[in-house]
Amino acid sequence: MNRLNNCFEKLRADKRKALIPFITAGDPSPKFTEPMMHALVDAGADIIELGIPFSDPMADGPVIQRASERALAAGTSLEIVLNIVKSFRATNQTTPIVLMGYLNPIEIMGYAQFAQQAQTVGVDGVLIVDLPPEEMGDFQPLLQAHDIAPIFLVAPTTTSERIKKIAAKSAGYLYYVSIKGVTGSANLDISAVADKVAEIRQYTNLPIGVGFGIKNAQIATQIAKISDAVIVGSAIVQRIETENPDKLLETIPAFLRELRQAMDKI
Amino acid sequence: MSYQNNLPDKNGHFGVYGGIFVAETLMQPLEELRQAYEHYMQDADFIAELDKDLQHFVGRPSALYYASRWSSHLGGAQIYLKREDLNHTGAHKINNTVGQAILAKRMGKKRIIAETGAGQHGVATATVAARFGMDCVIYMGSEDIKRQAINVYRMRLLGAEVRAVESGSKTLKDALNEAMRDWVTNIDNTFYIIGTVAGPHPYPAMVRDFQAIIGREAREQLQAQANCLPDVLIACVGGGSNAMGLFYPFLEDESVAMYGVEAAGDGIETGHHAAPLCAGKTGVLHGNRTYLMSNEDGQIIETHSISAGLDYPGVGPEHAWLKDTGRVSYVSITDQEALTAFHELTRMEGIMPALESSHALAYCQKLAPTLDKDKIIVVNLSGRGDKDIHTVATLEGIEI
Repeated sequence: MNRLNNCFEKLRADKRKALIPFITAGDPSPKFTEPMMHALVDAGADIIELGIPFSDPMADGPVIQRASERALAAGTSLEIVLNIVKSFRATNQTTPIVLMGYLNPIEIMGYAQFAQQAQTVGVDGVLIVDLPPEEMGDFQPLLQAHDIAPIFLVAPTTTSERIKKIAAKSAGYLYYVSIKGVTGSANLDISAVADKVAEIRQYTNLPIGVGFGIKNAQIATQIAKISDAVIVGSAIVQRIETENPDKLLETIPAFLRELRQAMDKI
Repeated sequence: MSYQNNLPDKNGHFGVYGGIFVAETLMQPLEELRQAYEHYMQDADFIAELDKDLQHFVGRPSALYYASRWSSHLGGAQIYLKREDLNHTGAHKINNTVGQAILAKRMGKKRIIAETGAGQHGVATATVAARFGMDCVIYMGSEDIKRQAINVYRMRLLGAEVRAVESGSKTLKDALNEAMRDWVTNIDNTFYIIGTVAGPHPYPAMVRDFQAIIGREAREQLQAQANCLPDVLIACVGGGSNAMGLFYPFLEDESVAMYGVEAAGDGIETGHHAAPLCAGKTGVLHGNRTYLMSNEDGQIIETHSISAGLDYPGVGPEHAWLKDTGRVSYVSITDQEALTAFHELTRMEGIMPALESSHALAYCQKLAPTLDKDKIIVVNLSGRGDKDIHTVATLEGIEI
């Protein structure tokens, strides 16, 4: 059984909410990423979303755009991202890894080769921002055959009709985008998020994660109360960009621990 | 060959190309746009308003001009030029911006955004925003802003806010990314006017339909002047809107050969070019599957062309489809060849073409002498060259 399902089952039993940090693989350099992943797990990450850098990240705000640029400048490729997962798995066989990115690098590698390699190195889910369910085509059965969960976004603009369609094609969890905007945007409206999450629950039993705009422990706690998973990206990536590069393996996990502790108090 | 002119399908596909490859937030707004566009294209009142503005604001129909001196100089086929350079704002771009702005108005959107490379689409968008009293924000790569200072000022005079894009290669593709990000953030009040036949469905079909007036007029005008169909159509292809506009109404006419001319830059073999159809591979960017210029890791690579309007790593998905089916032949022209054609048409016919259009003219220069004198070529003269005189002068070491 897929690590994602095990993870959410255990969280449910423990009455805890998942904390999912996002980092861009290879930011600021490929050798930095694996130690950071282990440090994030030690600080309380239940699942890790690992960004595949892309030259044209259309759905991302400036913080993650710059992370992509740094990763590409440091020579990160999809091949290298898969290798990072492989070495992470050598010492961690339980924490689910979700790759998040844009379609073109995967399309150029080839769907079949990507699905096969991703399974081999131990990837559990894939979220391709610019690939809606309607365009999945051959990719959907390939992911299923390789026990990789297709994870899709649901947005404030998504109609109930589409939520049903998306849920039917999803596995692992659904990712609710809390705001109309790009990653790392301005303030989210908790009550609007709560309403939409309740609406999504009418159509699916899948866990619902909420991301975009979760900047601190206070917002993380509020989101944890109304969803199954709190996804934090730009707030972490921003710290990777601005804090002392020699101390990142301490400061980033410290920030995550703060969120973890606040979330576990609810 | 026979060609069925019934694409895209209901999901926006031209064969395997096109489609909708965007983040979820945009799916519903694109569906609303598709419904509005399909509704209004059947709405007599909308069409009447569009026709009126095309006539009185844009200045249509544009002339179909028989280039007699150039034809006899080249010594082969007879050459006609579709004079889109005579439109208001100096290029074909305004055919589309007028259409989309009227659509925006009908949809109750008060704010217009657009991306621009050389600034031609930005100017055409700022122009219609002024005409309809709408707020207007234009995204433009900071590199392009430096290269196109006059068009930046022109947009500002028209009341548009020009926002510099500092991400990525700081050029057209990055401006498009940034416009998409704005749209996703301001979806409730904002209409995104894409300037070419690319992007997610319905943009490729919608922009084509607004530009198809070029081909419809050319067909009627040639019928009136020469009482026949053209034998050959030639147009330059960056994103491909002027070419789709000319080609589309002729696709089912088997006797009409078509050439789309991409920018070979320093030469295809140098890798410094903007010719995804001639030398790229298929992939997904900016909402659609098409031919792209990307590296072995799927990262989009930088393009080069003397003409900013052709300097784009993708191409409209319908062109990708027309290439694969063989209905249109895609060829390429280098910077140097385009410059030569720029000078030749200027001296020979008293018409100064845009450097984009000069690529189409350069291919015509090669093809015309190989055809009989009774053959007819129509070249889309998609824009005027005044905007390019600084580029041309600098290349020739002249300071203005």
